[in-house]
Amino acid sequence: MSSQTLQTRTSEHTVSTTGTPATRKPHRNSRLPAAGTIGRYAALAVAAALTLGPVLWTLSTSLRTPSESFNLPPSFLPLNPDFTAYQEVFRQINVGLLVLNSALVTGLIALGQMASATLAGYAFARLDFRGKKAIFSLVLATMMVPVQVTIVPVFMLIRGMGLSDTLLALILPAIPTAFGTFLMRQYFLGLPNDFAEAAALDGAGPWRIFRSVYVPLAVPGMAIVGILAFNFHWNEFFRPLILTISEQNFTLPLGLVTLQGNLGTGSISVVLAGVILSMLPALVVFIFGQRTLREGLTAGASK
Amino acid sequence: MTTTSTAPRQTVKPPAARRSFVERWLAIIFLAPTLLGMALFTFLPIIGSLVLAFFRWDIISAPQFVGLDNFASLAQDPTVRVSFLNTIVFVAVAVILQLGIALSLASMLQARMPSWLRVFLRSTFFFPLVLSAASVSIFMRYMFNEQFGVVNWLLSLIGIPAVPWLTSPVASAAVVVLVYVWQNFGFSFLLFLGALSNIPKELHEAANLDGATGWKQFSYVTLPLISPTVLVASVMAIISALQVFDQPYVLTNGGPGDSTRTAVMVIFESAFQQLEFGEASAIGLVLTVLILAVTALQFRLSRRFVFYQ
Repeated sequence: MSSQTLQTRTSEHTVSTTGTPATRKPHRNSRLPAAGTIGRYAALAVAAALTLGPVLWTLSTSLRTPSESFNLPPSFLPLNPDFTAYQEVFRQINVGLLVLNSALVTGLIALGQMASATLAGYAFARLDFRGKKAIFSLVLATMMVPVQVTIVPVFMLIRGMGLSDTLLALILPAIPTAFGTFLMRQYFLGLPNDFAEAAALDGAGPWRIFRSVYVPLAVPGMAIVGILAFNFHWNEFFRPLILTISEQNFTLPLGLVTLQGNLGTGSISVVLAGVILSMLPALVVFIFGQRTLREGLTAGASK
Repeated sequence: MTTTSTAPRQTVKPPAARRSFVERWLAIIFLAPTLLGMALFTFLPIIGSLVLAFFRWDIISAPQFVGLDNFASLAQDPTVRVSFLNTIVFVAVAVILQLGIALSLASMLQARMPSWLRVFLRSTFFFPLVLSAASVSIFMRYMFNEQFGVVNWLLSLIGIPAVPWLTSPVASAAVVVLVYVWQNFGFSFLLFLGALSNIPKELHEAANLDGATGWKQFSYVTLPLISPTVLVASVMAIISALQVFDQPYVLTNGGPGDSTRTAVMVIFESAFQQLEFGEASAIGLVLTVLILAVTALQFRLSRRFVFYQ
């Protein structure tokens, strides 16, 4: 893959520089596309097809009748859609309850993270207290500990609190967020100090300055925290697998994996209809919040 | 700090001192939800894990101190050993593929092209990231099915006989890698895209004038300039690949045999299927040490190979 890139780059640059030796800037707008350009477009087209192909196959197979869904040749475009599989998936599992559980868990985690990260991030960015640096390093250090390592004691803790097999078991442990706190601290640090000074001159106390000046300005930062939390926890599989037991507390990914286990290869389109339904909220986030999501995902790396 | 310098001057508290007093209390209240939550759900469990690793406990009977027995038994347990080996091979292959594909695509996107096309491609490569690994593994399991899977159908078009993707040890490991990379290369791609677009155009033009093109320009100009991002992207990719669980759990459930069992799957199985909570904690600690070691090693290497501006 990478050697192909380099070849295409080589040929492009040799063509453009040798083609116009006299001019200072090599002009690239020649009419005939260089061989390298064609190679590059071909590679990008293959990559895009491999990325979108499986999703298109899933969509169009979910729109075939359950009985012919595993017939070959496969279909990549839903030319005559059939919605039997979508009716059938509602009959097989309680899709409404799964969606409700997922929405409750994800929504409350997102709100909880937005609130707690905003408060903590503001404290680290704009309030004065002893041991600030040390406490902040401690918070950041928790990002290094994988969830799989703490899951056994968390499981026991949840049992001890009498919360096992409840949705709260999924929600509560996910609310404290090191990454969200880090993001909100960065966000508050990026806001100018002048507003606080002006508000203080007008007699506003620290709470008023936070509530009326900085919280409204920090809404975009909170949106990043919320969207990241939504994207992560809507898709989460490991913790629900361990912390929920009865099907009435399952979230969507868990319900779908169970459905696949029950149906096996009998009626693919039914399972895939469920998969497509579970993708819809992610698709909405992708369409309307892609920029925010991109900013959030790359924020940790650009520190 | 301001309190000590202003306090002796007058008996009535000056506004600055009062403000810093209020601020301190506000800070405590603001930090409370996050810090209490972390104390309860992160720090306490870390200590719990450390302690539990030296006990045998099945939740039902009383925990029993066994010293280093858990570590000794996991070193001898062939399933645990194979799983760690699988995880390391998986990390090596998946991370190299992920970074290689991401860097190639990101640098191809730097070339001149219509902006709608660039936006479309960027969205496309980023899209799998918003899906759930469990759902992706569900449809990929159908696609890689030996009899009616679309992958074998495509291969049959060019005359390749059916591959037993999910039932042969090597092929199933390959499927887990491919499905994982398919979903995750977009993250490294975004990081590289950001880094590449931050390189000033003049540097490439200067390199062109000096005759450094293609591979030379890439390795002497581009790569050193984005080396901090390459480091960060590889640390993040390695850490997340070490924790792989959803894909092998749904695609193959660790099989055939133990050929796709990973470290986290063994943690899950020994804790929640065999009720060996002590051994599960011990495996978790080994995994954490591995993650910390990789991170430390990479930052040590970075002093030699990474060029910060």
